[in-house]
Amino acid sequence: MPTTLTINGQTHSVDLPDDVPLLWVLRDEIGLTGTKFGCGVAACGACTVHIDGAAVRSCQVALADVWGEVTTIEGIGTPDRMAIIQEAWVEHQVAQCGYCQSGQIMQAADLLATTPAPTDADIDDAMQGNLCRCGTYPRIRAAIHAAAAKLQEA
Amino acid sequence: MSRLGTITRRSFMVLGVAVAGGVAFGTYAVRKTPPNPLSPEGEAVAMNPWLIIDQEGVTVIAPRAEMGQGVHTTLAAMVAEELDVAWKDVRVLHGPPAQAYYNAAMMEAGLPSAHYTRDEMSGWQEALLHAVPKMLSLQITGGSTSTVDGFDRMRHAGAMARESLKEVAADRLGLARSQLRTEAGMVIGPDGRGLPYADLAADAAQVEVDQPDLRPRTDWKYLGRAMPRLDMVSKATGTAEFGADVRLPGMKFATVRMNPKLGGEMRGFDASAALTMPGVERVIDLGSGIAVVASNTWLAFQAADAVEIDWGPAPHAETSAELFGKIAASLDDPPNSTLRDDGDVGAMTGTVVQAEYRVPFLAHATMEPMNATALLEGEYLTIWCGNQAPVVIQQKSAEAAGVSDQNTTVHTTFLGGGFGRRGESDYAALAARIARELPGIPVKVTWSREEDMRHDFYRPAAIARFSGAVENGTATALFARIAAPSVTRSAMQRLAGFAPPGPDKGHVEGAFDQPYAIANYRVQGHLTDSPVPVGFWRSVGSSMNGFFHESFIDELAHAAGADPLEFRLGLIRPAHAPSAILLETVRGMSGWTGRTPQGVGRGVAFTYSFGTPVAEIIEVRDEDGYIRIANAWIACDPGTALDPGIIEAQMVSGLIYGLSAAAQEEITFLGGEVEQFNFPDHDALRMHNTPRIEVKILENNTLMGGIGEPGTPPAAAALANALFDLTGIRARELPLNKSFDLLL
Repeated sequence: MPTTLTINGQTHSVDLPDDVPLLWVLRDEIGLTGTKFGCGVAACGACTVHIDGAAVRSCQVALADVWGEVTTIEGIGTPDRMAIIQEAWVEHQVAQCGYCQSGQIMQAADLLATTPAPTDADIDDAMQGNLCRCGTYPRIRAAIHAAAAKLQEA
Repeated sequence: MSRLGTITRRSFMVLGVAVAGGVAFGTYAVRKTPPNPLSPEGEAVAMNPWLIIDQEGVTVIAPRAEMGQGVHTTLAAMVAEELDVAWKDVRVLHGPPAQAYYNAAMMEAGLPSAHYTRDEMSGWQEALLHAVPKMLSLQITGGSTSTVDGFDRMRHAGAMARESLKEVAADRLGLARSQLRTEAGMVIGPDGRGLPYADLAADAAQVEVDQPDLRPRTDWKYLGRAMPRLDMVSKATGTAEFGADVRLPGMKFATVRMNPKLGGEMRGFDASAALTMPGVERVIDLGSGIAVVASNTWLAFQAADAVEIDWGPAPHAETSAELFGKIAASLDDPPNSTLRDDGDVGAMTGTVVQAEYRVPFLAHATMEPMNATALLEGEYLTIWCGNQAPVVIQQKSAEAAGVSDQNTTVHTTFLGGGFGRRGESDYAALAARIARELPGIPVKVTWSREEDMRHDFYRPAAIARFSGAVENGTATALFARIAAPSVTRSAMQRLAGFAPPGPDKGHVEGAFDQPYAIANYRVQGHLTDSPVPVGFWRSVGSSMNGFFHESFIDELAHAAGADPLEFRLGLIRPAHAPSAILLETVRGMSGWTGRTPQGVGRGVAFTYSFGTPVAEIIEVRDEDGYIRIANAWIACDPGTALDPGIIEAQMVSGLIYGLSAAAQEEITFLGGEVEQFNFPDHDALRMHNTPRIEVKILENNTLMGGIGEPGTPPAAAALANALFDLTGIRARELPLNKSFDLLL
């Protein structure tokens, strides 16, 4: 029986087995490829999306267990209308290979939603599950601080 | 279909009619320009192999792969610098496989001399260096060579196009070319009237002009500045297309399982259970392994786990201990190379120091697991993947699909990390092999992380034995012997079917070519015959030799009772002044005094690799019995800093990559299989354990150097030296978490 999901405000009917992880529903079925596959075991954070606004590893959420509205990187902003956090990523020239950055941004967006003025320690705690083999961490940290400042102005 | 698809589709067979040969090269080194592989459709015009002009602006065709190092941005800035176009109107695409995109700097990097001893090359030397890679179509992104290789050619591509556009405008306006100037994508006449490039391009591509002088640095508007990366917005919005993201109508999703006992055969398999699983369409016998084709990648993963496979044994040693035994034994063989042999290391006097060091095999572990998409239509094969060597991808994929090279199109996407791993072609050839079984149906083949980590071409394990002598506070002798499986030979065997004879320079890079004035100085390489597949891993030989050489220099300094930084300065200053300035720079940045308070340790290391000398200082701090890698200072000298923002990012990246490996990474073997499966077994530094890092970029060096790799080699030694300073324990084996309680 098809499962109904709300993704980035749109309703999708998905006909896949219940245990298929949300990651692979998004990527292969819906075609939202901004969310990345990195490890499949919740060890890298590349697949991070929001469910009801909270960051989750989509490789660990079975289709049948999706408990709320899903937001992916495509849902928070577009190249023409970037979210403030994405603008901060561009301003600080964070990405290198870029493969992990969707997950980094979704994780950071969750941090800023719960902790509007994060300390370095807050950033360490929130972001340590997100691996980046290019080592963009210093610029991620700077971009999070910048986005926090901008969001507080807004 | 990508935009380049419409430009190059099967066009390698048909030279673009609108293109004048020789536009880009002029007198530059190569008299006969290789064919222009571009033949855009519609209104777009290919000015030369590097540049297309249409109504939307200019598209720079990058001969090198964007794998995070920012090279697309810098290559585009080179063209734009001469062409006078607004940065917002510049786009970049990966070039197709083509002879025109050969890498000449790669050949120069192979010269068996130290970079710091070289001058500007004479014309014939340069011509020779271009001849071989051109002949071989050596279109490779590696060796930190892209900007050095592109620096003249890409600027000439822009300058020649600019003058051709002006020539056409001059003709139309009845003026002399010298009366015209160019700005923001237009040729502008004395009356201020502007003709857009797009209106002139078709005629300009037919015009031949003399090669103009390149603009002096004082006139640069884009180069020498931190430019906004052209891939940044797409990478911040999830819209950048990586190999894993390619989507085609009717596409199937597949995965592979190859023998975990590397190099072993497949005796047979039972797919009956897998074939009953949801979404599974095919299980394909690949001879050396199996592929599962399904409606979804995860369903393919699950089914692949359910295929029962009888794997044959590995042809190499079964355990890491046996492999290290082989490496140690090769130290007793005659050396493959003695690329440094100054004075006489036979009669050491004074205080003699001896040490043996070991480093493990390492995986690349790119964030994006290996993948490729393939489509076979009749005799035509199309491949989509991130890769560092499109010509090789073309050849090996064509071979796997049973079609000709000419009938094989390669679309290079962004790479979710390369680090040398995507210089191989195995993942593309497997996709082509699977496409052969699915004619007319596009198939994306994605490896699981486990498959990726366990089927790498590893940075080789290595053992080094050093001896040296100190007298009167300085080094008088250094003798290094380095043993490991040869990356060059392993890779060339896969690439060309033979291992090149002669001295293997890459094996001893980072050790034989260092600017230390030590009177008696010998460096020898020993090659271990080992069938564990080894490959190019960010900074290659320097990745291990930087650790060996700079750990030993530190040991000599302590034996001499000298400050490790001042000891190095004394030896480097007479050999290479720009390198000495780097040591003085990190000394100043860090406030190095040679003394550290209780609970703090500092270490310094210096490696000159890929044309760029780099000095690094690491500070470690004791935190309740655990050791934090707290701070790092880097000074580098690439000669000419084309983009300081990107250089800073690459230095930080290289350091973190090196520290990650030094702290905790190793690949080990048991029963012929790699014992590590996923990131929890082979992790890297993360946000919370990455040090605070400061970078300074200097420009005193004579020749231009690379950027992507030189930050990596000093990292491990600087950390090990800092740990010695903190604890008094000299760790001679990596990773360092075997010897210390690192806060990871």
